[in-house]
Amino acid sequence: MSDLEPTTPGGPTDREIIGPGHTFGSVTDKISSIVLTRKTPMFWTVGFGIGFLLTILMLFAIGTLFVRGVGIWGVNAPVGWGFAIVNFVWWIGIGHAGTLISAILLLLRQEWRTSINRFAEAMTLFAVAQAGMYPILHLGRPWLAYWLTPYPNTMALWPQWRSPLVWDVFAVSTYATVSLLFWFVGLIPDLATLRDRSKKKLPQIVYGMLAMGWRGSAMHWHRYDMAYLLLAGIATPLVVSVHTVVSFDFTIGIIPGWHSTIFPPYFVAGAIYGGFAMVLTIAIPLRAVYRLEDFVTLRHLQNMAKILLATGLIVGYGYMIEAFMSWYSGSPYEKFMMWNRMTGPYAPIFWGLMLCNIVTPQFLWWKSVRTSPLGLWIIAVIVNIGMWLERFVIVITSLHRDFLPSSWGMYYPTGFDWATYIGTIGFFVALFFLFIRFLPMISIFEMRTLVPEAEAVKEPEP
Amino acid sequence: MKSLPVYPQPQRPRFWRSLEELEGIERREETSQEALAWAKGMDRRELFKFGGVSLALAGLTACTRQPTEKIIPYVRQPEEIKPGTPLFFATAMPLSGYATGLLVESHMGRPTKVEGNPLHPASLGATDLFSQASIYGLYDPDRSQSLTYLGEIRAWPAFLSAMRLAVEKAREKKGAGLRILTETVGSPTLGAQLRALLMELPEAKWHQWEPANRDNAWAGAAMAFGQPLDPVLDVSKADVILSLDADFFSCGPGHLKSVADFAARRRTRNRTAMNRLYCVEAAPGVTGASADHRLPMRASQVEAFARTVAALVGGGGGGASSASPFAQAVAEDLKAHRGKSLVVAGDYQPPAVHAIAHALNDALGNTGQTVSWIEPIPVKPESHADSFRRLVADMESGAVETLVIVGGNPAFTAPGDLGFAKALDKVKVSAHLSLHQDETSTLCRWHVPEAHYLESWSDARAFDGTASILQPLIAPLYGGKTAHEVIAALTSQPERTSYEIVRDYWKDRMGGDFEGAWRRALHDGVIEGSASARKTVRAGSTTGREGQAPPLRHEAGGRTDLEIQFRADPTVYDGRFANNGWLQELPKAVTKLTWDNAVLLAPATAKKLNVASEDVLRLTWDGRSVEAPAWIVPGHAEDSATLHFGYGRTHAGTLGSKTGFSASALQSSKALAGGSGLEIAKAGRTYALVTTQHHQNMEGRAIVRAATLEEFEKTPEFAHEMEEAPGPEESMYAHYPPHEYAWAMAIDLNACTGCGACTLACQAENNIPTVGKKEVSRGHAMHWIRVDRYFEGSEANPATYHQPVPCMHCENAPCELVCPVGATVHSAEGLNDMVYNRCVGTRYCANNCPYKVRHFNYFHYGTQFRPPSMRMLANPEVTVRWRGVMEKCTYCVQRITVAKIGAEKENRRVRDGEIVTACQQACPAKAIVFGDLADASSEVSNARKSPANYGLLEDLGTRPRTTYLAAVRNPNPSLEKTGVWDVERKTS
Repeated sequence: MSDLEPTTPGGPTDREIIGPGHTFGSVTDKISSIVLTRKTPMFWTVGFGIGFLLTILMLFAIGTLFVRGVGIWGVNAPVGWGFAIVNFVWWIGIGHAGTLISAILLLLRQEWRTSINRFAEAMTLFAVAQAGMYPILHLGRPWLAYWLTPYPNTMALWPQWRSPLVWDVFAVSTYATVSLLFWFVGLIPDLATLRDRSKKKLPQIVYGMLAMGWRGSAMHWHRYDMAYLLLAGIATPLVVSVHTVVSFDFTIGIIPGWHSTIFPPYFVAGAIYGGFAMVLTIAIPLRAVYRLEDFVTLRHLQNMAKILLATGLIVGYGYMIEAFMSWYSGSPYEKFMMWNRMTGPYAPIFWGLMLCNIVTPQFLWWKSVRTSPLGLWIIAVIVNIGMWLERFVIVITSLHRDFLPSSWGMYYPTGFDWATYIGTIGFFVALFFLFIRFLPMISIFEMRTLVPEAEAVKEPEP
Repeated sequence: MKSLPVYPQPQRPRFWRSLEELEGIERREETSQEALAWAKGMDRRELFKFGGVSLALAGLTACTRQPTEKIIPYVRQPEEIKPGTPLFFATAMPLSGYATGLLVESHMGRPTKVEGNPLHPASLGATDLFSQASIYGLYDPDRSQSLTYLGEIRAWPAFLSAMRLAVEKAREKKGAGLRILTETVGSPTLGAQLRALLMELPEAKWHQWEPANRDNAWAGAAMAFGQPLDPVLDVSKADVILSLDADFFSCGPGHLKSVADFAARRRTRNRTAMNRLYCVEAAPGVTGASADHRLPMRASQVEAFARTVAALVGGGGGGASSASPFAQAVAEDLKAHRGKSLVVAGDYQPPAVHAIAHALNDALGNTGQTVSWIEPIPVKPESHADSFRRLVADMESGAVETLVIVGGNPAFTAPGDLGFAKALDKVKVSAHLSLHQDETSTLCRWHVPEAHYLESWSDARAFDGTASILQPLIAPLYGGKTAHEVIAALTSQPERTSYEIVRDYWKDRMGGDFEGAWRRALHDGVIEGSASARKTVRAGSTTGREGQAPPLRHEAGGRTDLEIQFRADPTVYDGRFANNGWLQELPKAVTKLTWDNAVLLAPATAKKLNVASEDVLRLTWDGRSVEAPAWIVPGHAEDSATLHFGYGRTHAGTLGSKTGFSASALQSSKALAGGSGLEIAKAGRTYALVTTQHHQNMEGRAIVRAATLEEFEKTPEFAHEMEEAPGPEESMYAHYPPHEYAWAMAIDLNACTGCGACTLACQAENNIPTVGKKEVSRGHAMHWIRVDRYFEGSEANPATYHQPVPCMHCENAPCELVCPVGATVHSAEGLNDMVYNRCVGTRYCANNCPYKVRHFNYFHYGTQFRPPSMRMLANPEVTVRWRGVMEKCTYCVQRITVAKIGAEKENRRVRDGEIVTACQQACPAKAIVFGDLADASSEVSNARKSPANYGLLEDLGTRPRTTYLAAVRNPNPSLEKTGVWDVERKTS
């Protein structure tokens, strides 16, 4: 392992995006060895094991759901949507960081994105996979979910286009498709590297097929750059559109606490906020375990912390405007809704949300916090929790007391609600561990462009 | 030459072909016509003839069970059973001796729905909870299905011979040792049978017992008039009504008529002079909730209050100066409406209160106007408590050898002090006729399954004496027997059927053309001219009668001054409906509790005792204890606790057992209604009670809009001023083009008493499943029309408002917009349709419904229709929904369609009033109007033109098709000034 350590001791500073002393060879060696040659660490085995067991729990919860019905969850009248929709929005939000980092930062030529984009994209994909399950699971008759799509049928029935749930189908499926493509296209040169470096037959065949005949010719690189740029262009509006459409699920509704025009921007900001928190939650332990401090430097952490702070402030502004508007509207229902959030039976969740999402990120004003991996990790985890609480507040406290006091009620999650939620976290973890075991978690070829050797071959900027 | 011996000619043939020939029997040649026909082969005509007859005969043996006796359909002739077209048969449901006339809908021979009989005086077309839900009891899968002796199945003849043996043994002693225990017998035929039996066996005795009895009413009448009498109330003529703890809107003889008469003068549409109702009571009931002035008062204080009012009305000075402003106002009001007022005393009040009420009515000149008197309807008006106590004493002394219990469940309902169950052990031969293998059946040797009233021939009388013949809608599902047949089993003609018995009884009494009169009585559901003659009576003076009141409300001599009162449960009654899922799940009118009873306490009392709702309390009274959870009820009288009896069954069946808490263990036969000396201790644990409404306050929102009569006359459109509704033009979308029909509903909040009959009628009509206590507690109740109840004002004595909430069928329906698959769509006639087949179950529509009237099948609740008997309960015109599908009120679209098809056939429009929704049909107050808005002269159009008409949450722009007519109360101005009646109400 010592040959993989950077040549200069001390590691990169918080201004550098790659440790000193790296060459093309050392970058490739270091990243590809995690997949090809290094012994699988205990950390991976334990982590994947936990993820796998929780996946089994999720399958059990889903199996029971299909057999017995959605009544095993805590949903009821008046709260028709519960954990399923909370989790759906939460996972979709998490799924925003990947594309944002890959596409928008690529277009903005933020080179520091290079070391984090690959696993951020993987995280996006896996998060969207979790999110995508929920809308289907929460149906009363999940086997008929395909009725939400406009497929040709003898009864000439189409979905009801005015419903935001139909827009959701398109928004989420488009996002999932583009994210998958973007991630896969980005992987092709690295898959070829793995193909070339692996010494066993099976990996050679599998990586070889996945590399789609990549030979690294100038023509390949030329077309590849163009395709990647185009995909980035396509993916960029999706970052905004997906969560905007998800927010329509609520804004189109008539329920106080849902019916609000501020939701689209505030949801997008919230999604980026939650997404970056999740990237940090994953990146900080990974770089420690796999000794990737050279590649994921303090500068990366700091930049992400700054984005976290900025989006956190936008989200806080959203909360403030929401409260102000409910008072300013003069509507007794709106006013009551806000008052009920603050003082009603779910008040601890509301104040917990404020603590997690507004108070906690204020620590990021200090550079010492931004450059402390442990401190940053704790804040990121708290923000993740906060974002989940936010969705809980929006979905449940709005529904549980709406217009007619006679129909007011409470929502209590059941064991199956928790099992499904924790199960999807487990499934996400399991998928992610498979990813870091079998694919390069950092883009090798892009990292190579950052080492000093690359400067020599780079053409001068016009 | 010797001749050959002559053999005697054999008598039998030597050679034979068959045994018949050997025996000399001439074999009949197959020469009959039929055989010839078969032999020569059939021609075409004959083939068709045979085929046709076989097909017709096959139809006769269809799967439904038709009674063999002739019954008469109400509307159409029975020989014309058309598949898919229901028939209606008139019958009546007896309860505690009084009948409610019904029309029962029958689909291909299976009864599916109970409606009121408009010709019957106790129904007037409406139904109450018990009759509406009785059809569920018919198909209850837990009904007893076999006759048993010590738990082993026996045949009916075995029972007959056992009875014959017992009777023969008793006959030697002129019947001594033979006892019959019935509930209140209201059937004239059964009464005649019992009388005849007692004539034959003079030493045999007939006892009556049921816990919800009329002991006090008859004793009170006896005090006043010298004989027990039944009142016939005419609430429609009363301008001022005083209820002395009388819940005469929710139960008791003629309650549906009382509600109809009362509501007729409350409706804000086509309004007549509004009446005024005063009510004093301890536990808030349906009557108290409708009152203009309600004063919570412990049950024991009612007598003093009644005396004060009587003194004030009579001009006597006794206590008048110290009288409360309330009593003074009531007395003044009564005096101002002589001959046009009414005082009603409750069945649980001691006889003295009844006597005072009668005297008051007499003094006010109301007798013969608003109340008249007839001979009691039940055959033998006697004190049930006394009768039952004598029986138990005799059982204990060993004087009872044979006890035949006809109906009822005395082992459960017997007051705790009697020890009936133990005494039953000493009876050698005991038999019990009942619908279920219940608490009593398990203690008796013989159990005979009872025929449900919808399977029986019998007769019964309404509160005014009008007689009805009960005709069976279906042959007994489990070979059940009627009371008539069980009593006949004790006579010399044990095999007589109830049809013969009932017919024979009426043969002498219908006179003239009996067949014609019989057919007419069956068809109409009433026997014309059978109402009792009014008696002219005068109530004696009540002064000085204080001491004469039997000690029914005794003082148990406890340390605290807490008082307990026992009442029949609002939904499961005395426990007989405990296994009826519909009644169990129906939220009780005021508490909104389901599946349980509880100790009802006033908020102040709860505070004093440091008790919260759902705390389990240990109630000790008269030396016995019972544990039950507390439930705090605003408006309950202080220092008083109410416990409904009928819960705590142990052998009710799958649904009814282990629900609630038994009050009968605490009851005393000496004071059935309860008394003072109650001790309450906390048991230190809690018990989860389930209510369908957690929040009782309108939060200052204009949901139920109410005003006083004075305010209403000053500003008739007050309801509109309470909320701003957007005009029809304030929408981005085009309106639906006008159509031939525009269905709409208007609900008069001033007429609604909150009884819940609409909820049950809807459940029966639309195959709405019951979900059970646990699911109700999880917010999964399915009732398509719920009755919301709001309190307004102080906790101690709030105003209570009821509001039935069905689907609003919004013209701008928020639910339709958000359904991703178009499973809820708007019909051209303005219905908000649910397409069950298309629903995938996102529940977005339910979330977006501001009225929360959509209900979701979280589990496969429809499985309750899976037992074979329950399958027969379902209305074939309505889909049974499956898991994962949303459902809600359809305005009874199946009834609309039937009417439209009928109208189309006759090439005309649907007439106003032709379509009656299930909720509308059941409503005794006629608070619900349904019809066509496109017809400007329809009743619903007129209702919507009323200034009091408003739409719920109209400011959301939903344009609801269901609207409400605001509540208008008629308080006494002098009481408002004195502030007795809720100062808060005026200021809020």
